Amino acid sequence: MSPETAASAGMEQARVNEEARNVVEAEGLKAWYITQAYGVERTVKAVDDLTLAIREGEIYGIAGESGCGKSTLLKALLGEIVSPLTIVGGKVEYDFDAGKIDALKQTEEDREAIRWRRVSYIPQGSMHVLNPVRRIRDTFHDFIAAHQETTREQSIEMARNYLQELGLREGVLGNYPHQLSGGMRQRVTIALATILTPRLIFADEPTTALDVVVQRGVIELLKEVQKRENSTLVLVTHDMGVHANLTNRVAVLYAGNLVEEADTSTIFRRPRHPYTRYLIESLPRMGDRSERVGIPGRPPALDNPPDGCRFHPRCPLATDICRQEVPPLLPVEGIGNGTGPPHRVACFHQVDAPLEAGEIEHAAEMPHAD
Amino acid sequence: MQTDREHSLLSVESLQRVFVTREGFSTTRLEAVAGASFAIRNDRPEIYTLAGESGSGKTTLARLVLGLEHATSGNMYYKGRDVLHLTNKERRDWFLKEVQPIFQDPFATFSPLKRIDSYLYETTRNYKMATTREGIDAHVDEALHAVGLSLAEVRGRYPNELSGGQAQRVSVARALLTRPSLLVADEPVSMLDASLRMSIVNLFRTLRDEHKVSVLYITHDLTTAYYAADRIAVMLRGWVVESGPVENVLGEPLHPYTQNLKNAIPEADPEKTWEGDASLAVMDTEEYTRTGCRYAGRCPAVMDICKTTVPRDIEVQGRSVKCFLYDEEVPEAERTQAMANGAPVA
Repeated sequence: MSPETAASAGMEQARVNEEARNVVEAEGLKAWYITQAYGVERTVKAVDDLTLAIREGEIYGIAGESGCGKSTLLKALLGEIVSPLTIVGGKVEYDFDAGKIDALKQTEEDREAIRWRRVSYIPQGSMHVLNPVRRIRDTFHDFIAAHQETTREQSIEMARNYLQELGLREGVLGNYPHQLSGGMRQRVTIALATILTPRLIFADEPTTALDVVVQRGVIELLKEVQKRENSTLVLVTHDMGVHANLTNRVAVLYAGNLVEEADTSTIFRRPRHPYTRYLIESLPRMGDRSERVGIPGRPPALDNPPDGCRFHPRCPLATDICRQEVPPLLPVEGIGNGTGPPHRVACFHQVDAPLEAGEIEHAAEMPHAD
Repeated sequence: MQTDREHSLLSVESLQRVFVTREGFSTTRLEAVAGASFAIRNDRPEIYTLAGESGSGKTTLARLVLGLEHATSGNMYYKGRDVLHLTNKERRDWFLKEVQPIFQDPFATFSPLKRIDSYLYETTRNYKMATTREGIDAHVDEALHAVGLSLAEVRGRYPNELSGGQAQRVSVARALLTRPSLLVADEPVSMLDASLRMSIVNLFRTLRDEHKVSVLYITHDLTTAYYAADRIAVMLRGWVVESGPVENVLGEPLHPYTQNLKNAIPEADPEKTWEGDASLAVMDTEEYTRTGCRYAGRCPAVMDICKTTVPRDIEVQGRSVKCFLYDEEVPEAERTQAMANGAPVA
């Protein structure tokens, strides 16, 4: 597929979402970890000045290496702020049918009112959340009864119907969690988290630590759940293969900043930020054994990030301006023509070319990718 | 099955490991490795991959190779010598020098309270690789250079001062100190980010090409296996179901399980998304105790014979496949029909 057709496919995707409204909006969000030990204050700027909007009905991916702020961003978007995490600035708003909700200023009751029914969360390693001494059907009943009027028969019936709809074996209702395989437990947990038909689902590395075959089953289930109610799915994972298979749009985080955001095919075919290009290029592919190089250097410590563009110490294209000024996240001109969400990039030296092997100069004197 | 002992670096023959658990009067037997056979060549160094999902027995097999686990039955030869029945002295003075492990999590390998270079000095002294202080320093520095580090960078550092990629490099350097011919690396990259993965996998390629060290690379990540390995053995519930050159086995898999595995890899390409359904085991242990083929329960091309009889290893198209679909003793009409049912991606 040529880059032109890829770009037009992206525009088509954008047009589909044209009338969709934003379900989540974050503006100037700063979520820092502030700790004090022995009178020394330490600030880790895990999410720093981040603005994004997620549209209704889309699958929005958040990508980046470990330690770049993915999980912190998700916590902030969920409004789950627990010390030492502190919101230093900015806001997060949800927009469901009944007006805007400020996610960061909710009381516990407000949160209780929308949790699982409007907003759902699938945590990392979530196969361990099932109660080991209760059968799956009892767990379903406990869960449903905590949120709405129901009898045991009704909630088990509801669970059975839902599992059937998702193509899972309803026999698992009679099992205890330890009798199920890891992948089955994970899928039961996803069914549990989404049975009350939430409009907005956050998933944090839902497939990490799973085998490929199981991972595929879990991702297909997430797709199914999303399609069923046209809900919005926000997916955090470092696995670019999962992003390619599942998402409509991808945001690439680097050291707490959003460095590039575009529809999935543009991110993979025609990324403009040198970091994104490295990220995509370093992936091994089946059927291709040509030498691939990791990204040189390592992400900066977030308590003392470098000045200017945070990627400049690892960037082969860096010049003086990158060391002094923070590049703004701006829409790419001439793409998207105002209809769909624009392709946004934060870089002074954007690369405007389709991605092919060897596009970025791999300087020989670069340090090892550690 | 007998492999060519004389011309193999490591030859594993019908190796079996059974775990027996007793609860009251009930006894459960779990055959974690069931008659696995493979051989690593001797004439030139190679990267040999053992691939499979969790619970496939690949880690148990690696532990058997390292001698950390006792085999229930079977044979294992290293450089033509029987290594399942070594004396402790032979094991210490010869085998452990020749075969060195690399573990999954570099931060679990090293104590956070000890300087990381002390492991390098200890190994050098324990195996008497050098005696004088200068000799030891030079020996350690040489091993670190082989992995792209130097003693000056590492000396006096604690593990937390190193990044994940660096710590894993140091554990490879530690393994190289005894000048081994074979490294056994159990999921060495699964704790690392994708970008760092490549640097470790590239390191294995360098070690093979420039330092003539073979690597038994155990992983569930088929894309890095394809990238780095020469040959591969795919494991399912203790069996090696398909083995051969990586271009054959992963390029055009024949066993329905390998096909399933390959189709499940999320390709980093938005144009190549999955089609069809994945077939998953509902319960983990069920497949271990199955009579007949252990994949019969979820195989799309299952035949009647698969449910009752254990398939043989069949040599076909440059690889070995444990599947009745390629067994000429099964009537051809039946096999053609089953293949059409399963519609394995050609």
